[in-house]
Amino acid sequence: MTDLHTVRAYDAELEALGRKIAEMGGIAEKMLSDAMDALANLDTNLARSTVACDLRLDVLQREIEEQAIMTIARRQPLAADLREIVAAIRISGDLERVGDLAKNIAKRALKLSAETRMQRAIIGLKSMHETAAMLLKDALDAYALRDADRARQVWTNDVELDALEDSVFRDLLTFMMEDPRNISFCAHLLFVSKNIERIGDHSTNIAETVVYLVTGEVLPMDRPKGPSPASDFQTSK
Amino acid sequence: MTSGAEVRNELPTKISVKDLKFFYGENLALKSINMPLYANKVTALIGPSGCGKSTLLRVLNRMYDLYPRQRAEGEVILDGTNILDPHQDLNLLRARVGMVFQKPTPFPMTIYDNIAFGIKLYEKLPKSELDGRVEAALRGAAIWDEVQDKLNASGLSLSGGQQQRLCIARTVAIHPEVILFDEPCSALDPISTAKVEELIDELKENYTIAIVTHNMQQAARVSEYACFMYLGELIEFATTSQLFTSPENTRTQNYITGRFG
Repeated sequence: MTDLHTVRAYDAELEALGRKIAEMGGIAEKMLSDAMDALANLDTNLARSTVACDLRLDVLQREIEEQAIMTIARRQPLAADLREIVAAIRISGDLERVGDLAKNIAKRALKLSAETRMQRAIIGLKSMHETAAMLLKDALDAYALRDADRARQVWTNDVELDALEDSVFRDLLTFMMEDPRNISFCAHLLFVSKNIERIGDHSTNIAETVVYLVTGEVLPMDRPKGPSPASDFQTSK
Repeated sequence: MTSGAEVRNELPTKISVKDLKFFYGENLALKSINMPLYANKVTALIGPSGCGKSTLLRVLNRMYDLYPRQRAEGEVILDGTNILDPHQDLNLLRARVGMVFQKPTPFPMTIYDNIAFGIKLYEKLPKSELDGRVEAALRGAAIWDEVQDKLNASGLSLSGGQQQRLCIARTVAIHPEVILFDEPCSALDPISTAKVEELIDELKENYTIAIVTHNMQQAARVSEYACFMYLGELIEFATTSQLFTSPENTRTQNYITGRFG
């Protein structure tokens, strides 16, 4: 959409929304990688600063919502503009949740610093993190470039993250069975893996929103899904 | 737009405009328009000034015949009959296809006579029956409660919004099948506008409606189908939800979002 509105202030409002989403995206990505670094190195300072970052994300989300509501009230947006605003509201909500999940991982890193660490248990989480970070990055790039094809890729690629979560679940289970002293540490890591998996889901939500934003079409309700560790666990009982 | 196309084939069509061209003298104002008006649906015509939407509306009840040097080519099929046929009875046509204009146009007579006048042109009714028809029309136009105690007051004594609803009552009174609205709310305040919109919503139970409006939100609110016209061409026809959330054509998009283009 290269054409400008007759009312220039309208363009400025939409641009401001896009900029804030980009800022939120940057913060959320950094929080996730910092939280994982803090976890891997049991770096309590990094963990604390990551937790503190979340506030900025919450403030930005609030601002985006307020601006979006004001724009709706002032301009009664239609068509692409309407989708732009709906997308900003939705994506800011997803990014805010990503921030919460990253904060949660950072908090867990603080708790884990008291535990005996078990480096090999973290390896699986690292590859989960790499995949999730890639999904989030691709979703945000798709938003910035208004690239529906790239967004569709994210939507289908989340299945990899689901598969990784399943394998991490099995590994952690094995470690816990090997030695009960691992249980506390590994239980924390189970939650971390769930958090990362949720970040993948929010990335696919963002991707869905980008497809809607660009094309106006809504992706089907059922997304390709990988194995669910919890259900698998129940059947193997 | 596949879903829109599917729906289109299933709905009964009240009026079908086929390859319609319209001339003001030598000037081609409508370039081969093709579109349906679905029965009991509201179809909005939108587009910038001079795009031909009012012209199209004026063809649908051959209002243009009142003026010299204006002519239409093509077909406008109303229930299987081409109304552009020179043998078409124009009075009958205008009774079947009523019109409400931008500015309220009450006759300089009493409220009662404003309604009764039109009925008497087409039918000879005993007084009691005529009273009933007048009341029904005023009720149908959601203005009865406001005027029932002053039916003998002049139509011109009413407020703008009331006058417009009086005109709608006058149109409804002769039991048309199609009602054409040409920017019916552009001279009204928001409350009166809301009343007219509410009325249009009720009227579609019994009538097929076409509305020309410059207010995008109004088009989005009242219509089920919408078409965008530009420089005498029909650019896009779609369901209203499609047209106002994800139009296919860039010109439609640019127009409804208030962009240059």
